[in-house]
Amino acid sequence: MSDRITSEAVAKVAKLARLSLSDDELQQATHQLSDMLDHFADIDALDLESVEPMTHPMDIANVMRDDVVLDVLDREEVLDAAPVAEDGRFRVPPILGLDD
Amino acid sequence: MSEKAADTEVWTSNGYELVVGLEVHVELLTRTKLFSGSPNHFGDDPNTNIDPVSLGLPGALPVLNRQAVELAMRLGLALNCTIQRSTFARKNYFYPDMPKAYQISQYDEPISVDGWLDLPSGFRVGIERGHLEEDTGKSTHMGGAGGRIHGSDYSLIDFNRAGVPLVEIVSRPDIRTPEQAKAYVSELRAILIAVGASDAKMEEGSMRVDANVSVRLPGAELGTRCEVKNVNSIRSVGRAIEYEAQRQVGMLEAGESIRQETRHWDENDGRTHTLRSKEDADDYRYFQEPDLVVVDPDVGWIETVRSSLPVLPAARRQLLAELTGQTTDAEAVLVVTERGQDEYVLSVAQAGGDAARALVHVKEAFAEQGDDPSIPAADLAKLTSLEIDGALTATQAKQVLAEIVAGNGGDAAAIAASKGFEAMDDSELQSMIDGAISAQADAWAKFCAGDGKAMGALVGAVMKASRGQADGKAVTAILNERRQNT
Amino acid sequence: MADHKTGDQIPAAATDISWEVRNGVTRAADVLEKYLGEIERRDDDVHAFNLVLTDESRARAAEIDDAVAMGRNLGALAGVPVALKDNMCTRGIPTTCSSKILDGWKPPYDATIVTKLAEAGAVIIGKTNLDEFAMGSSTENSAFGATHNPHDLTRVPGGSSGGSAAAVAAGFAPVSLGSDTGGSIRQPAALCGVVGVKPTYGAVSRLGLVAFASSLDQIGPMANSVSDAALLLEAVSSHDPMDSTSIEQGPLEISQQLDWGVAGLRVGRITDLPEGASPDVNERLEVAFDNLRAAGAEIVDVEVPAFTYGLTAYYLIAPAEASSNLARYDGVRFGLRKDAPDTNAMYMATRTEGFGDEVKRRIMLGTYALSAGYYDAYYGRALKVRRRIAADFAKAYEKADILLTPASPTVAFKMGDKTTDPMSMYLCDTYTIPSNLTGDPGMSVPFGTGDSGLPVGVQVLAPALKEDVMFRTAAELERSMS
Repeated sequence: MSDRITSEAVAKVAKLARLSLSDDELQQATHQLSDMLDHFADIDALDLESVEPMTHPMDIANVMRDDVVLDVLDREEVLDAAPVAEDGRFRVPPILGLDD
Repeated sequence: MSEKAADTEVWTSNGYELVVGLEVHVELLTRTKLFSGSPNHFGDDPNTNIDPVSLGLPGALPVLNRQAVELAMRLGLALNCTIQRSTFARKNYFYPDMPKAYQISQYDEPISVDGWLDLPSGFRVGIERGHLEEDTGKSTHMGGAGGRIHGSDYSLIDFNRAGVPLVEIVSRPDIRTPEQAKAYVSELRAILIAVGASDAKMEEGSMRVDANVSVRLPGAELGTRCEVKNVNSIRSVGRAIEYEAQRQVGMLEAGESIRQETRHWDENDGRTHTLRSKEDADDYRYFQEPDLVVVDPDVGWIETVRSSLPVLPAARRQLLAELTGQTTDAEAVLVVTERGQDEYVLSVAQAGGDAARALVHVKEAFAEQGDDPSIPAADLAKLTSLEIDGALTATQAKQVLAEIVAGNGGDAAAIAASKGFEAMDDSELQSMIDGAISAQADAWAKFCAGDGKAMGALVGAVMKASRGQADGKAVTAILNERRQNT
Repeated sequence: MADHKTGDQIPAAATDISWEVRNGVTRAADVLEKYLGEIERRDDDVHAFNLVLTDESRARAAEIDDAVAMGRNLGALAGVPVALKDNMCTRGIPTTCSSKILDGWKPPYDATIVTKLAEAGAVIIGKTNLDEFAMGSSTENSAFGATHNPHDLTRVPGGSSGGSAAAVAAGFAPVSLGSDTGGSIRQPAALCGVVGVKPTYGAVSRLGLVAFASSLDQIGPMANSVSDAALLLEAVSSHDPMDSTSIEQGPLEISQQLDWGVAGLRVGRITDLPEGASPDVNERLEVAFDNLRAAGAEIVDVEVPAFTYGLTAYYLIAPAEASSNLARYDGVRFGLRKDAPDTNAMYMATRTEGFGDEVKRRIMLGTYALSAGYYDAYYGRALKVRRRIAADFAKAYEKADILLTPASPTVAFKMGDKTTDPMSMYLCDTYTIPSNLTGDPGMSVPFGTGDSGLPVGVQVLAPALKEDVMFRTAAELERSMS
C-alpha cells in the first residue's frame, strides 16, 4: 500500500466534509485514496509552468440578468418539505463548534 | 485636500501606537438578490423572499444581477478604485444560515482595487479592494440566555437575507486613531448614500463594520491583529477600537502575547470577547465558481458609470468650506454637508446673502429640514444681510430666523420691525453699560483686575436692561475698551 | 376512432410517433400504454426506473390527444414518451438522484429541459435509476438497487445514466435523457447498445439538473437511432438566460443533415490513444474506420498527447466540484435529517447516513484536492492539465473534422466485478472523459457486438458546436451496419 495520504489527513478531510468514518472505514478510505493519488501522479512529471488553469470549458463573459423581481417560492410548500420547521423558519439543533 | 495631508495625530498608550484596518460590509440597494430574482427587502416575514437559488436547492443556478455589479462599480469609482476583470469563487464552510454550504464571493479577483478615501481632515486611508459577495441568512437563537448562541436550545433560520448583494470594502491598515476610524466609517457612509449604493443603516445591518486592530511600538513591524466584530454604530467603532487597543497594550505590558483571533464587541459591557474559534475556519477551499462566468466591464461601461456619479461629499465640503471661510472638517461644514444642505447654503450666497452666517443658521435651525429646505433662500439671504449691516444682533437674528422657519419663509426686515428690533444707538448702549458698571461694582473691579470671568455678570446686566436687544459683541468690545482706558 | 394504430402497429421511432400523433394516425394514449405495458412486464427485472409516472403520463397523453383533436399545433415530440434520469428536477415529483439523502424530496420547480419537453409535446413516463448523484459507471451505486443490462441481466448497464440507457434498450421508452459528466451517457449507451450523446457544454441548460461537477455536467439524449437522438437534442437544446454557462445561440440544427454522408470528411485516428480497450472493442473500431473510408471519408492520423492525462485531471476536478456541490445536503432545508444534539453532529449523522460509499469517497477526494496546502498540487494542477488537453484537441481538430475512439474499453461487465476496486471502475471513463474537460461534444453509436455477443459502441468526437458533423458521421456508421 502506498502512503500518498495519511489516515490523519483522511480523518481531517472527512471532518471538513462532515462525514464520520469508523476506524475500519478510515483505514479503507486511506488505502483507496492513496491508491488513487498514486494513479494520479502521472501528471507530476508534466511541465505546466506556463499553462493557464482552465476553469470553464467555454470562454464567455458578462452574463447578467436585469434587476427584476421574479416569482418567489411558496413558504408553506418549502417548509412542508423541511425536516423541521417552526414559526415560519427552519429549525436546527444548537449551533456549536466542531469540537464542543 | 486631495493630497495626503500631514496628519500627525497618533493614538498612543504606554508608548504603543495603534494600527487599524477596517472591513466594511454594505448591502446594496437592488430590487433583487445578487444571483436570483427574489426581493432584496428588509423586514418582511421570514422565508417569504426565497427561491431555489437563495435556498440552495438542488439544481439551482446563480445568475448575476447587473444592477449589483453597477452599484459595486459606482462605489469602487467613488473610492478612486480601479475597476477590473473579476471572478467569483466559492468559500466553502458549513453553517445553518449558509444554504449551499458555500458563499459565492469575489476572492482573488475582486471588481475594485487600489483606491483611497480622504477623511474630512485631509487624512487619506488606502482602499485595498471592494468585492461583491452574497449575504447569509439569519439565525435566531432560541431558549438559553437571552438570544445568545451560547447555551441556546435550538436556532431558527430565515433565508430572506440569503443572497442579498454585499460589497465588502477593505481598507489598508492606515488608520491610527479611533477618531480616524469613526471618521472613515462616517465618510464611507456618506459616499454610499451619495452614490445610491446602499442605505448604509448600521442599526438594520445594511452596513457592518469589522475592525482589524493591532498595536506596536513605533517603527516596529505590524503587531498581531484581532478582528473585532459586531460593531453596530459609529460611536461603538471608536469605543471598540479604543477598548481593544488598551486590552492589547495591557497584555503586552504584562508580558503576554496577542493571539490572532476574532473578537466580539459587546455594547453592554463595553468590552470585546473571544468568539468561539472555528477550527476549520481557515480552510475554506476557495475555488472559482463554475456556475458563473467572468465579469469584465469594458471601458465604455465603466466611463458611463463614472460620468453618472454625483459630486461626492468631500468635494461638496471643499466647496462649502471655501465659500464660508471654514476648514473642511469644521463641524458646521460636516453637519450641513451630511444633511445635504450645502447646496442650499450656496444658493443663499447666490441670492446675495452672507455664506458664513447662512452656514451657522442652517446648521443651528435647519436640523428638521431635509436636503431641500422649504424656506426660500432669498429670505435667509436677507436676514444675513441685516446682520452684516448691524441692523440685527445675533440674538435678534436667531429670533427672526425662528419665525421665518416656523412660517416656511418670511421677510426678515418686516419680522424684525414687528418685534421692535432696531439697532440700538451707541449713546443708549453706553448709558446702559454705565448703569451696569455701577450696579455691579464688584464685578467691574474684578474685571479690571484681570478676571475675565467677571465680564459675564456685566454683559448679563446690560442684556437684562436691554431686554436682550443689545448686541453682545458690541457690549464686550466696549467693556474691553473701557478697561484699557482705566 | 377505431382506425388508430394500436399495439405492434405503433411505430418504434420517436420521429414516427411524433408525426403520427400530430397527424391523428396514432394516439398518444396508445403509444404510452404500449410502453407502460413493457415496463409492467419487465422492469422488475431490469429496474431501469426509480419511479414510473403512470397517472401523470396518462393524463398528459390524454391532454396531447385532446389538443390534436382540437387541431392544435404540437411540437416535435408530440406524444413521445421520454424517460428522465432521476437527477433532473420535476416539480412536485420526487427527484432522488438515487440517494437516500434526497429520498422523498419533491422539487418546487421544473428543470429547464422539463419545460422544453412539455413545450415539445413530450410525455414524461418516469424517472430512471442512476449511480448516486451520477457518480459511477455501472448504476450499481444506487440507494434503490442496481439496474440490470437488458441484454444480459447479470451484467451492468453502465453508468451513471444506466437507467436511461436500459429503459431505451429494453423498450420502456423510445428515448430518454441522461446526464454526462465524464461519460455517463456515452458509456452506458455503448453497454446497452443505444445511441447516447453528450452535447457541447452549454448547449442544453443545466438549470434543474442536480449538479455533480458543474463545469463538466451536460444533459443529453439517448435513443434507439441517431435520428431520434437528433430529434430529442434539437428539442431540449436552447439558450437559457437562467443558466450563466448556457451558450448564446438557438437550438442545435442537426436533423436535416443526417443524410449528407461523410464524403470528404477528415476522420481522425488518435495514434497515441491510451491503451486499455479490449480486442473485440478495438476490432469494431477498425471496422468503423473502414466503413467511413468506404463511404468517402478520409482517415487521418492525429496525436492528442495529453489525452492520457484526462483521467487524472477529471478525477481531481470532478470530485473537487462535487465536494462543494454536495455540501448543501446538510439536513437543514430539505431531504434527510438524522437527529443529533447539535448542528454539527446533525450534519455528520445526516451525511454519513444519507450518502453511499462512492459519493463519500469522491467528496473526500475532492475536499482533499481543494484543501489548504494541496490545492496547487492537485486541483490547481489538474486545471492546467485540462487546458493542455483542450489545446491538444484543438490542434488535432486542425487536421481532422471528427475523431473516432472506443466509447467504453469493454462490453458490459458482470455486476459486482468492479465494485470493490474504485480505480478499475474509473478506468471505464478513459475515452469519454476528455470531451467533458474540453466542453466538446461526443456521442456513442451502437456498432455491432463484441465478446459474448454484447453491444459495442463507437465514440464520435467533434469540436464545440459541431454536433451537425458529429451526427452525420454517426448516421453514416449506423447506415453502414444496416
